[in-house]
Amino acid sequence: MSELKNPSPAVETFPTGEQPTNISRRHFLLASAGITAGAFVLGFGLPVGRARARGGASADAPDIRVPAFLEIRPDNSVRLQSPFNEGGQGVFTAMAQIVGEELDADPATFLVENAPTGKQYTITANGMRITGGSMSVRFGYEPMRRLGALARMMMLQAGARRLGVPVDELTTEPGKVVHAASGRSMSYGEIAPQALDLAVPDPDSVKLKDPKQFRWIGQPVKRLDVYDKSTGRAQYTIDTKVDGMLQAAVQHAPRLGMTVGGIRNEEKLKAMKGVHSVHRLDGAVAVVAERWWNAKQAAEAAQVDWIEPKPDPTARHMPSDFSTRAFRERLAKEPGDGQTAESEGHLATAMKQAHTVVSATYSSQYVHHAQMEPPSTLAHFHDDGKLEIWLPNQAPDMFLADIAKRAKIDPDKIILHSPMLGGFFGRHFLYGPGNPYMQAIHLAKKTGRPIKLIWSREEEFLRDPMRPMAVVRFRGGLDADGMPVALEAISATEGPGEALANKRPKKVDDSAVEGLTGKVYAIPNRRIAQLYVKTPAMLSYWRSVGHSMNDFFYETFLDELADKGGKDPYELRLKLLEGNPRLTHLLEQLADLAGGWKRGPFTAADGTRRARGVAMASPFGSQAAVMAEVSIQKGQVRVHDIWQAIDPGSIVNPAIIDAQVAGAASLGLSEVLQEEAVYEHGMPKARNYDMYTILPPDRMPRVHVRIVQSGAKMGGIGEPPLPATPPAVANAVSHLTGQRIRSMPLSQYDFGA
Amino acid sequence: MELQINGTTYPVESEADTPLLWVIRDELGLTGTKYGCGIAQCGACSVLVDGQVMRSCVTPVAGVAGKQITTIEGVEDDAVGKRVVAAWVEHQVPQCGYCQSGQVMAATSLLKQTPRPSEEQIAASMTNLCRCGTYNAISAAVHDLAGGGPSAKAMQASTNEGRARS
Repeated sequence: MSELKNPSPAVETFPTGEQPTNISRRHFLLASAGITAGAFVLGFGLPVGRARARGGASADAPDIRVPAFLEIRPDNSVRLQSPFNEGGQGVFTAMAQIVGEELDADPATFLVENAPTGKQYTITANGMRITGGSMSVRFGYEPMRRLGALARMMMLQAGARRLGVPVDELTTEPGKVVHAASGRSMSYGEIAPQALDLAVPDPDSVKLKDPKQFRWIGQPVKRLDVYDKSTGRAQYTIDTKVDGMLQAAVQHAPRLGMTVGGIRNEEKLKAMKGVHSVHRLDGAVAVVAERWWNAKQAAEAAQVDWIEPKPDPTARHMPSDFSTRAFRERLAKEPGDGQTAESEGHLATAMKQAHTVVSATYSSQYVHHAQMEPPSTLAHFHDDGKLEIWLPNQAPDMFLADIAKRAKIDPDKIILHSPMLGGFFGRHFLYGPGNPYMQAIHLAKKTGRPIKLIWSREEEFLRDPMRPMAVVRFRGGLDADGMPVALEAISATEGPGEALANKRPKKVDDSAVEGLTGKVYAIPNRRIAQLYVKTPAMLSYWRSVGHSMNDFFYETFLDELADKGGKDPYELRLKLLEGNPRLTHLLEQLADLAGGWKRGPFTAADGTRRARGVAMASPFGSQAAVMAEVSIQKGQVRVHDIWQAIDPGSIVNPAIIDAQVAGAASLGLSEVLQEEAVYEHGMPKARNYDMYTILPPDRMPRVHVRIVQSGAKMGGIGEPPLPATPPAVANAVSHLTGQRIRSMPLSQYDFGA
Repeated sequence: MELQINGTTYPVESEADTPLLWVIRDELGLTGTKYGCGIAQCGACSVLVDGQVMRSCVTPVAGVAGKQITTIEGVEDDAVGKRVVAAWVEHQVPQCGYCQSGQVMAATSLLKQTPRPSEEQIAASMTNLCRCGTYNAISAAVHDLAGGGPSAKAMQASTNEGRARS
């Protein structure tokens, strides 16, 4: 995802060369998009030839692609189309805060929705609209502020017109224009009708607020979606429904690449209760029924003759002899020094001159997204040939383009909805056979009925593309004082970027090595390399991507070097950060938050023997430092406390950051403590949460957060709190048990009673 | 067969062994109750049957005919359930929200049986999975409830939120 994470700086003006337009008078268009009459509507451009009146009983698809970015309604509420989807990370609330700040409207008065497809909503400078790479707030910040400021200026102009006073005599208070001289004021909603014909000012003419005057940015504003999510009202893709809809379930081939030969009991399946039809898909059998339970029962009962694929080196087929154990051994033995991703100083010389050279091999595991909402898609072909589709996604325009290409449908004939996500963590990008939408489209075509296809949890765990596995060979050189002076890391792995492209790029896939590269410690001679080894498994982005394992490798090996060199790992890190005030401060803030650094082992008040570990990471434009306190109870690692100091430069909502840190810590803990997708004979051993266990509530530690605002360029928040968590825990466990932890998950180690 | 859900009687066509979850979601269209695993591991499908929490994905519908079923759609009609929702809003519990219907039902069941649960009782009852890692926020909300909370102010705030968002 390197190209997604490191776009050029956020644009100061607006996307794709378009300027905002006042589209309030486009009645037909707006009515079809559900916009209130009399509302002031600010949008970008206008789709050509789409404005048409809608008949009441038409079976044609509604046109939702109205570029109505911001709507101020007569009741003074504000409707905002967010370019970024909400999946738990709080981005709808953050967008309301950012726009509300400059518009001078309380974020609580906002109704935020995920914007439809269309280039108008691509507001980041890299020209891609994705909810990922921890990009939404940091790259949406400038354009969304400017949008709010423009709308405020127009409210002032309309207010001047309405009150008959010069615009410079007016000011705003939340949700209203105020004329202090006469003591009069009017709400934005009341003024909106006066703004319907105003021209939009030049975006460069608006002045953004001085951050010192911020009323909402920087405050723990309450989330807009919490009530709906506490009462079952939030609607996810799996909850969508249209008239005449049938439901579908699939049985996937046990191994990717196999195809359907025959269905031995097809007639029996067709006769099962509620079954509408049975279908052969590419690598799956599908059953369509009135109700999903009946479809699932029949899909599970299907007795399918699966055919082995013909050898094809260009395809990702899962062979019957693949096992994760054997693959890990192969990665460890893979010959070669790999392709250099980052290099500094003179590694060979430094190693030769080193007082001590430490060599060690570290490894990681495949992990699942295991988001709580199983993937689904609702596909509906209208009478006019348009495809209306609801599906979980982190990149609506990319999905639309993919559907157009693969299903051979004119992009203009696809209406794509992106409902709220029941968790994502990287699950909902384009993953070929790892997404259900092509199956749903095929079934809708075949049956002539709208189809909602839901993957059962078992089918999801069979096709969920996984976070890559890696084996890293480290060498570290220490000088006579025990300070690291040279470090080499060769990671045998395949990154998600090259896996999805299904070919090796010329330069190293950043998503394979990030977290081994980009470390901030002053180790003068180093080489980071990737030894590309293609895996048959489907790979993916997973929360914090390469960092999710690479910071584990690096930070645990750094502790190994510290121990070999007789250094305290906290003091060593401080030493290696000399001359870096931002990170020195961050690490000191972490120690302060945790009541000081004490490595232990020590006996806690409850009598348990405990130790602490520390680790750092620099992911997605932010800086993070984590301390963990652990004990061993009944042979299992118990994490008591996680302290995290995080510096994203500057912030929008500290309460959401606290929640993201707790959430990312929980996922990092789950990964380091217990998660592993194991394959034997080309098949996953676990197909549900009984065998693939995720962190349960009783393993959740206390999480303490300190947000540090260094004022550096704004970084991300959704992913950055994860990567330093696993190594902090592993470092504590290594020290407590005397057993060097070199791989995840810790559940594979025996820590005695 | 008839089901009593949230005080309403629904005629039901589904076969006797159909899991309650799918009757609620598909036949009756109450989609607040979620499907997560289908094998009673995650708890996203939790509903109340005669006030007791049950994982509806493994509960055959025939077994609950004639009993009082409460789903998340009806939770605020219950005095305890209303408090639980208010505590969830006060403590800003949900992230993606997908598991939260089940979490709210589990907490409601616990507090209906045991108004002042101990630490151990809370841990034993609140076992539903959450991939977003909202466990500490859930714990804070349940401890607030166990102590008699949330405050009248938080109750009012939740009610107002409900009105504003409906």
